[in-house]
Amino acid sequence: MGRYVVRRLLQMIPVFIGSTFIIFMMMYALPGDPVRALWGERAPDEAQMAAIKADLGLDDPILLQYWNYLVGLVQGDFGTQIQSRREVIDVISDALPATLRLTALAFLITAVVGIGLGLLAGLRAGKKTDRGILFLSLLLISVPVFVIGYLYQTYPGVKWGWITPTVRDSENWGELLLPALALASLSLAYVMRLTRSTIVENRRADYMRTARAKGLPQRRVVGNHLLRNSLIPVVTFLGVDLGNLMAGAIVTEGIFNINGIGRTVYEALNAREGATVVGVVSFIIIVYLVIALLVDLLYAVLDPRIRYA
Amino acid sequence: MSIEMTKADVPGVPLLEVRDLHVEFRTREGQAKAVNGVSYTVDAGETLAVLGESGSGKSVTAQTIMGILDMPPGRITGGEILFRGEDMLKMPEDQRRRVRGDKIAMIFQDALSSLNPVLSVGYQLGEMFRVHRGMSRKEAKAKSVELMDRVRIPAAKERVNDYPHQFSGGMRQRIMIAMALALEPDVIIADEPTTALDVTVQAQVMDLLSELQRDFNMGLILITHDLGVVADVADKIAVMYAGRIVEHAPVHELYKRPAHPYTKGLLDSIPRLDHKGKELYAIKGLPPSLTAVPSGCAFNPRCAMARDVCRTEVPPLAEVTERDGSPLGGRTSACHFWKETIHG
Repeated sequence: MGRYVVRRLLQMIPVFIGSTFIIFMMMYALPGDPVRALWGERAPDEAQMAAIKADLGLDDPILLQYWNYLVGLVQGDFGTQIQSRREVIDVISDALPATLRLTALAFLITAVVGIGLGLLAGLRAGKKTDRGILFLSLLLISVPVFVIGYLYQTYPGVKWGWITPTVRDSENWGELLLPALALASLSLAYVMRLTRSTIVENRRADYMRTARAKGLPQRRVVGNHLLRNSLIPVVTFLGVDLGNLMAGAIVTEGIFNINGIGRTVYEALNAREGATVVGVVSFIIIVYLVIALLVDLLYAVLDPRIRYA
Repeated sequence: MSIEMTKADVPGVPLLEVRDLHVEFRTREGQAKAVNGVSYTVDAGETLAVLGESGSGKSVTAQTIMGILDMPPGRITGGEILFRGEDMLKMPEDQRRRVRGDKIAMIFQDALSSLNPVLSVGYQLGEMFRVHRGMSRKEAKAKSVELMDRVRIPAAKERVNDYPHQFSGGMRQRIMIAMALALEPDVIIADEPTTALDVTVQAQVMDLLSELQRDFNMGLILITHDLGVVADVADKIAVMYAGRIVEHAPVHELYKRPAHPYTKGLLDSIPRLDHKGKELYAIKGLPPSLTAVPSGCAFNPRCAMARDVCRTEVPPLAEVTERDGSPLGGRTSACHFWKETIHG
């Protein structure tokens, strides 16, 4: 197991280098020049522009730029924003807490509501409750997040006044509830359907018959025997989905005006702030890889038949 | 047989009695009458073997006794299941649940799929004590080790935390037996307990089961399609065909002189050393579909003795007697021509 973890951690290195390289190249390929943008509408001073570029290393060949970036990264230096002169690491750590809170809340909703409704539908398969829940999941899957987001903002937010339409204080969990619900909706629908199908599949398993023949109360038959077996694929999905939620936060943060990583990336993309975009995306990639490893390790806890080699 | 009585024994009342049980299944082809008027009894220390092909209703009857039949699609349309004289079908579910596992326990065929793959065997055994006896986790674990010792699983103490897939087939079936035995029930229903095992292991498991049955003076309902298993351990046999009991007899009587053509066919199809080289006998045809049971005697299309009456009238379960009319130990047969079958 220890060796397995070490091997998985080592595997992260090429994945990390590859993905940052691709993003770096994509940023380079985008039209627009961040240094030229410093002058705005005015005509730039060519000599000054060249000096700034030389200072930032932007006149180096692209591969050398990437190499320098990686070397900096290893030393914990994420680079500096061109326009604001702020350290990228500071920009990220300012924006991160809001995104983490939003993602965590959305994740909680996905897991609790998704598994809960999926279990209910699975146990009542073919009945009205089941059909209602399946319909709800189809609705959530087919309506895009930005539509659901605006709907939430318009009705409970603006028209009925139940809740503030935008987030003024990202430390207020109550204000984050609606954006989290919008962000969670797609994953929620998938978790619901996945849980339902594994419950239906396992419900008639032989070991379930044994559990009932042992005279266990229904609560225990479902909680200890059915759920333990059915949640294995759901946990995998939830793990992978945590990364998707962070990426999805970009749209949701835009709609609800949350100062998070999503907005930071969006603004950085517009200003062609390569270091910021690559920095944020690298961070998300690391989170993704670590979660994937944790999920794989959790697998063995949930299913003792799995051995790591 | 033991004469010792448990304190709840009531003289004259069987330990477990199934009375005229009817169970139907709703299928796409229509109503399937899986169990069609089955009655049998089992007493403490007694072994009843229920013999029949797949689809004969033997397992459905057992699941109905346990109260673990999937309903729907199953539906109990009539009859009683009396445990110590009390009809379990009329009990509230909570009371019924307390009987399950505690007073009446069941052993299933395939222990690998019947044990929960993600819970340790110690946990699954211990659950019996924790749920029914309110023991703590620790007490329950100690009891589980004791049980595993009792069914002769080597190194029980070290293996109590292992998972089902880490045991061999025979050991897994021993764990199933231990689980059924945990609370020393009055009745054990074993549904083809050795079918999934190697022949050598089959004998060991069967011996263990009958030894434990003797020690605890339990009633045992042994469901099987294997005539070889039955002969050594059973006291009486009920032969089922298409949801009905077609013959009921003490085990040696039945082997010596079957009183139903179906039973006769089953016995003739056992391979015998003195018939080596000759073609093995087989009952021709297939068991009927339960949605389209032949009229009259369900066995008539496959029966060499069938006459017109067999195709029109359902034979009642009649008492079988000697040629001179003297009783034959309560034997019954559902054949119009049982006299011809048994007396030749």
